[in-house]
Amino acid sequence: MLNWTPSMQDSIMPTDRTIAVLSGKGGTGKTLVSVNLAAVADQATYIDCDVEEPNGHLFLKPSSVSEQVITVGKPEVDQKLCDGCRICSKACAFNALAVIGKQLLIFEEICHSCGLCMSLCPQHALKEVQKPLGVVRKGRSGSVSFLSAEMRIGESSAVPLIKALMREKQTGLTILDSPPGSGCLVTETISHADFCLLVAEPTKFGSHNLAMVHELVMLMDKPCAVLLNKTQDGENPSEAYAKTHNVRILGSLPYDKELAHLTSEALVASRENEHYRSYFSSLLQEVKDASDSYPQR
Amino acid sequence: MHQILILSGKGGTGKTTVASTFIALSHAKAYADCDVDAPNLHLVMGSFETERKSDYFGLPKAEIDGTLCTGCNRCFEVCRFDAVIPGPTYQIDPIACEGCTYCLHVCRADAIHTRPVKVGDLKLYERKEERFSTATLTMGSGTTGKLVSEVKKQLKENIPETEVAILDGSPGIGCPVIASLSGVDLALMVSEPSVSAFSDLKRVITSARQLQVPVAVVVNKYDINPTICGEIEVFCFKEGIPFLGKIPYDKQVVTSLNRGENLACLNTPASQAIKRIYEKTLQVWKEQVRL
Repeated sequence: MLNWTPSMQDSIMPTDRTIAVLSGKGGTGKTLVSVNLAAVADQATYIDCDVEEPNGHLFLKPSSVSEQVITVGKPEVDQKLCDGCRICSKACAFNALAVIGKQLLIFEEICHSCGLCMSLCPQHALKEVQKPLGVVRKGRSGSVSFLSAEMRIGESSAVPLIKALMREKQTGLTILDSPPGSGCLVTETISHADFCLLVAEPTKFGSHNLAMVHELVMLMDKPCAVLLNKTQDGENPSEAYAKTHNVRILGSLPYDKELAHLTSEALVASRENEHYRSYFSSLLQEVKDASDSYPQR
Repeated sequence: MHQILILSGKGGTGKTTVASTFIALSHAKAYADCDVDAPNLHLVMGSFETERKSDYFGLPKAEIDGTLCTGCNRCFEVCRFDAVIPGPTYQIDPIACEGCTYCLHVCRADAIHTRPVKVGDLKLYERKEERFSTATLTMGSGTTGKLVSEVKKQLKENIPETEVAILDGSPGIGCPVIASLSGVDLALMVSEPSVSAFSDLKRVITSARQLQVPVAVVVNKYDINPTICGEIEVFCFKEGIPFLGKIPYDKQVVTSLNRGENLACLNTPASQAIKRIYEKTLQVWKEQVRL
């Protein structure tokens, strides 16, 4: 049986905290940081919110995995009842319905599942049918409660999958491994966080996207701090950005070949090597202290 | 407009590095950045003679007039996006609202209307005959797919029909990627030798193939894990996907990109590899277009 109740003696993170690990730019080390922070905690929940391209399971290799199909409601027309009145197609803000001749066509891939068409149909010709959007997986990896979701290939909007993941969220420390970018999935992820850790690489690209996601985090009124990843000699535009914008820098993780190799093999560095375990334990403490300094939401 | 799109599945594998080098090598007259929620191509394309900027508006979003709202809660009950915030005066969370207008239809006090919302800035840069289309998403507005379609439309309207456009894509497989894949002749996947990138590569290849877009693969930073790079090569061989080359890890790349330099102007191991890949990509693209 899976035990989803976090221990009350959690010494590293005693309070209820949800930390979103973000970056803007892809490939800066979100999953690396997220899985390791979760792995060094006495007890933590790791949630992979990158539902388009999930990778957390490759690292944490959860066992006792249970799977649940997540569906989303889409309208389906009963052609016998539809009289082609166009009330639904005129009302749909997404142009997901069209009447050709007397025939109602529904374009599911652009439907947002808002339900308006069904409520308006005077003939009651539209009914909602649940269609699979993806799966949510629950499992356990050592002390880590594992949650991830995988969008069905070809779907376009996976926000309901993140909402489904959040319904499974428990108390205690939760690490949200965010998708890249700053679009709807990232916005949804941030909305569930108490604190955001922005992982940035030392490139112009990294700092430019850091600026965008930082703007988003500010807009959503969430406290945040920066972790500089893959640092090396020479200039670091992300560090410069953080300093000029008064974003707290929690630490830096220098580029090193061993870590790059462990990560390429999808191994959890802190479980492989004491050096990394102690690094991420200190980082977790830093994240805890930083998030504790803000009122809980 | 012919289109070669650079994709990856996983982020940070080197899409923009490859795209910017391709653009310089081919002296491309048409290119676009389809990664509207994390655009970077403009950072390495130098300066332009003119910049045309226009506001792009998405679907209007709902707004509640607090003086008319009776607090009947009907809007809250029907909204499926958790966008209605109940209270003494009801409010709409503009970030959560998707503009479906269900709330307008159920409001009996006529207290809800929609207002246009700027989704992003569309930008068209010009330099002699070059046209570069890009955009920046307004933070919090979410809908990226439509903005990507606008970026492509803007490019198409400003170049000769016969032009070959190079498009820098976004990570993932969701709406922006699907929008960027529309009408593409060849999607070049830039992968990395890691378990994660390989897993993501398979998903993005499936996405492209569902839309009947031909694909080819290259592996960046291949020497970080030559074993996994080999596995990717074997996978491509089995799947009948052209494998167009390997790019070595090269510290010089970060230094040059930070200076805003284009790799095409350099003579380093990585830039040489991308030049060879470019030649092969053109060959594969020509075969696809002829089909």
